[in-house]
Amino acid sequence: MLILLLAPAILWLLGLIVLPHVDLAVLSLRERIGPREYTPSLAQYRTFFLEPLYWHVFVRTAVMSIISTALTLLVAFPIAWVIAKVARGRGGSLLFLICLIPFWVSETVRTLGWMILLRESGVLPALLVHLGITPEPVELLYHDATLLVGLVYTSMLFMVVPLVSALESLDDSLIEAAYDLGANGFAILRTIIIPHAAPGITAGCIVVFMLTLGNYLTPTLLGGKNSQWFTETIYTQFITRFNWEQGAAFGFLLLALSTLIVWGGLKLAGQRFGEVMQQT
Amino acid sequence: MTDQKVPDLRADAVAKRFAGHAAVDSLSFAVERGSFFSILGPSGCGKTTLLRMIAGFIAPDSGDIQIGGRSMQGVAPNRRPVNMVFQQLALFPMMSVGENVSFGLARRGIGGAERRKRSEAMLERVGLGGASEKRVDQLSGGQRQRVAIARSLVLEPTLLLLDEPLGALDLKLREHMKIELKKLQASFGTTFVYITHDQSEALVLSDRVAVMNQGRFEQLGSPQDLYYRPLTPFVAAFVGANNRIVGRAHAIDGEIIEVVTPGGWHINAARSGAIAAGDAVEAFVRPEVAILARSRAELPAQQPCHEGTVESLLFDGANSAVLLNEARTNQEFRIALPQTGQFADLRPGERIDFSFAPDRAVCFPARAAALVQDD
Repeated sequence: MLILLLAPAILWLLGLIVLPHVDLAVLSLRERIGPREYTPSLAQYRTFFLEPLYWHVFVRTAVMSIISTALTLLVAFPIAWVIAKVARGRGGSLLFLICLIPFWVSETVRTLGWMILLRESGVLPALLVHLGITPEPVELLYHDATLLVGLVYTSMLFMVVPLVSALESLDDSLIEAAYDLGANGFAILRTIIIPHAAPGITAGCIVVFMLTLGNYLTPTLLGGKNSQWFTETIYTQFITRFNWEQGAAFGFLLLALSTLIVWGGLKLAGQRFGEVMQQT
Repeated sequence: MTDQKVPDLRADAVAKRFAGHAAVDSLSFAVERGSFFSILGPSGCGKTTLLRMIAGFIAPDSGDIQIGGRSMQGVAPNRRPVNMVFQQLALFPMMSVGENVSFGLARRGIGGAERRKRSEAMLERVGLGGASEKRVDQLSGGQRQRVAIARSLVLEPTLLLLDEPLGALDLKLREHMKIELKKLQASFGTTFVYITHDQSEALVLSDRVAVMNQGRFEQLGSPQDLYYRPLTPFVAAFVGANNRIVGRAHAIDGEIIEVVTPGGWHINAARSGAIAAGDAVEAFVRPEVAILARSRAELPAQQPCHEGTVESLLFDGANSAVLLNEARTNQEFRIALPQTGQFADLRPGERIDFSFAPDRAVCFPARAAALVQDD
């Protein structure tokens, strides 16, 4: 009975995650030596380390993802606080809905929306000229800052949801008690609210970090040609260069990177993965 | 702060309205230094609002609160010389017992070693020596209670506010903690302001009790005053068990009123307030004031005698009582059973005589119908 109930999940895991990965692992560990002739080798991984472009892009992707995750946390925390503790009840639900509404539109359309706003002939540069802030329309697209705006916007909801649930479970009397015992706002945030919400914060950060690291659309559209994202590199290997072996190796490196950073983040925050996942 | 004459807490015409309803209605009172002051009232009487105004979580609409002689107007809760023990205790689950107790000291910028020393000394004083390293969830209900009190008292507040802190405990522990609280207050000498809806807690613990109803104090006095000399029908009904008899003043003989109920039962009770013949009145007779007898001759001759039928026996150890129906009107009347076990063999349906001294029963002018509420 249990097996039957779990069957869809097991099929999903085996068919769509385990099998493709096993195949990719095999692919990544071989080298083409002639037409339809392959030999097992670590050449694909060696290329990554010997070619500076690849690992530059790799490091850049990781750093930008971490910055984007941190920014998302900074932006989402006050929003989650208002939803969970200030608005409450119907007001809270309404605010939550407002956060949710952009996600009813597909990610492509949303990102294209940003392009309409930010491109040189777009709404915002025109407004800046109109207000006399800039003499000429400026190109706001294809900057790292633009990319971060897009990434934060895309992953906001995934941070807000775990934060709201973490903050809602915080008993108001704890905040009052801390206030009563002489704590100011900052001390309450540091000693009561953040320790209480830590599992929720960690959960949100993990989800947002993974989504950002693996994001393809936003960096491609908003970051432009000069702004390489590691997923783009993988895409290029598979689709443009038709070098599946190299692409598979990069895919595994990305998996290893995200696992390493998440593990490091958990260690740094003193959180345990199991507890964190209960929060999501 | 050194002047002994300055009360630790003084309220001057403090009022707070919520949506047009007066939660606290122009209250003025003072609490003496080192005393145990309770505010007793049913839920919704405004006592929590009053306590939260003292703590600073709510600002009064009008009036002034002074603590240790200093006006608290515009002073934030974290700057008041007041600490509060919350109803659900609100211990910080993310911290150890020791960190909970030293939380307030840390906020005052007291260094780690000194903090540890003081918090451990305080835990020792409340009987929790060596519990510093424990997690809050490893403690029993009574121990948590003591941590909550220690966490506040370590800051040496002028005033300790307690918001029904025993409400969440089971009966046995509550009885035990009542005694502990009284001992703690006596040994620390801090002024306690305690709010509760449990009259037994208020009576046992307090030096002075204010009975609160609909935003006002009905009576402020010693527990004995409230019990033996209630000034209003609300206090008579709310504090301790009481038999309430509603009727009209039939005849007035000095301080004794003869009350006749709609069913025609006559009882005598001492007057409290202005009553003229024919007025609607409410009389109260405590269950322990009435005496039972199997024959009329055993009752004191000078007291009016009543008779009734046993409806049921309410056995509760030392608090056992019998519920009677008065013979003429069938009105329920509760009488405490004597400790001698003399009436332990009473059976439902049995006829019995009883009487009580009129000067130990009390009669008030009836309240407006809308205000009549039984506890």
